[in-house]
Amino acid sequence: MWDAGMPQKAVEIILMRQLASYLAMPIMLFDPTGNLLFYNEPAEAILGRRFDETGEIPFEELYTLIELTAEDGSPIPFEARALVVALQKRQAAHRTSWLLKPDGSRRKMEATAFPLEGQGGRHLGAVVIAWEADQP
Amino acid sequence: MRATLWGTRGSLATPGPETVRYGGNTSCVEVEGANGTVLILDAGTGIRRLGATVGPDVGRVDLLLTHLHMDHIQGLGFFRPLDEPGQEVHIWGPPSTTLDLRARLSRYLSPPLFPVRLLDLPCRLTLHDVPLGEFEIGGLKILAALVCHPGPTVGYRISEGGVSIAYIPDHEPALGATRFPDNPDWISGFDLAQGADLLIHDSQYNAVEYPRHVGWGHSAMAHTLAFAAKAQVKRLVTFHHDPAHDDAALDRIIDEARGSADLPFELIAGTEGARFDLGPRTASARPTK
Repeated sequence: MWDAGMPQKAVEIILMRQLASYLAMPIMLFDPTGNLLFYNEPAEAILGRRFDETGEIPFEELYTLIELTAEDGSPIPFEARALVVALQKRQAAHRTSWLLKPDGSRRKMEATAFPLEGQGGRHLGAVVIAWEADQP
Repeated sequence: MRATLWGTRGSLATPGPETVRYGGNTSCVEVEGANGTVLILDAGTGIRRLGATVGPDVGRVDLLLTHLHMDHIQGLGFFRPLDEPGQEVHIWGPPSTTLDLRARLSRYLSPPLFPVRLLDLPCRLTLHDVPLGEFEIGGLKILAALVCHPGPTVGYRISEGGVSIAYIPDHEPALGATRFPDNPDWISGFDLAQGADLLIHDSQYNAVEYPRHVGWGHSAMAHTLAFAAKAQVKRLVTFHHDPAHDDAALDRIIDEARGSADLPFELIAGTEGARFDLGPRTASARPTK
């Protein structure tokens, strides 16, 4: 929910949310520190949450909702995650990982992340597009 | 502060007897601070008449462009202070990652589109990228932020002595929004407008026209009213009138808006020559319209 202390979103972030809300693939929108600002309806299935119910999700809370591992079950190093590469190195990144979903199932996931760079050298955050690898 | 509307029309200058009350000149607003600081918002065709009122007593003129669409810069070549040797003029425009402001303005102010080159102007001209954030000119506090309109476009909030004017002439905050207005932090331009004493805002379309122009970067009147209400402004001035709307059509749009809801602000039809005094200011020695 909004409160008076929340900063105004940059227009690029607002437009990205509006685009994401119309697309059929799971999209998550992050601020520069990794807080999840918005996720669309397809992404709600991955997170097991509804955006209308959670609103923004702090970075530290996000990884309590989802667990990402390599195929052998070992944890994926923090720095190797696509989102972290996009936020810290400001580079696009693609990763394959295994996701333990809230319902207990384990699914192979593909995720592509890219940074959002605004006019005037403003680092605005990152976008993650994800999909289950066995889905077309 | 004092704000004067020198051009209220959007998209294309629309002179003629059928637009004489609302005006036919494109976007240009003058803001004068208590100490005589002169800010000019956009350089539509309305800036020509404004330029004639800027005398040598005005030591410095700052022209703040929201963006470089033609209806916001077309009057630039006819702004008299630019032809005044020694006159200090500063032009501010939104930053671009590809070309600087001089290069972009020179696309218009150079042959074959215009006979005079920017570099040939005799005034003391300085060009600036608008800082996206807060800055100050002559005691006036300015907040600039990118807003929803095709191409880099900023809106401005100008504050002095506890009063503020928000100027967002080209703005489509409802674009693609599944809910509008949503939470304020997700509304383009909200910070600029929040609690403003005077909001000058895009109101180009009526409810029938807007669906055919989604994504063009302009607002339906209903969106403008909702935006102003959400931002809790005190007065809303309609602006950027569509060239197809003559005085009678604009009267109808305003009447419908006034009758559509119990508006929590004063709704003012933006007419060329309108003047608004906000807070304390010294008497201007400059001529009026």
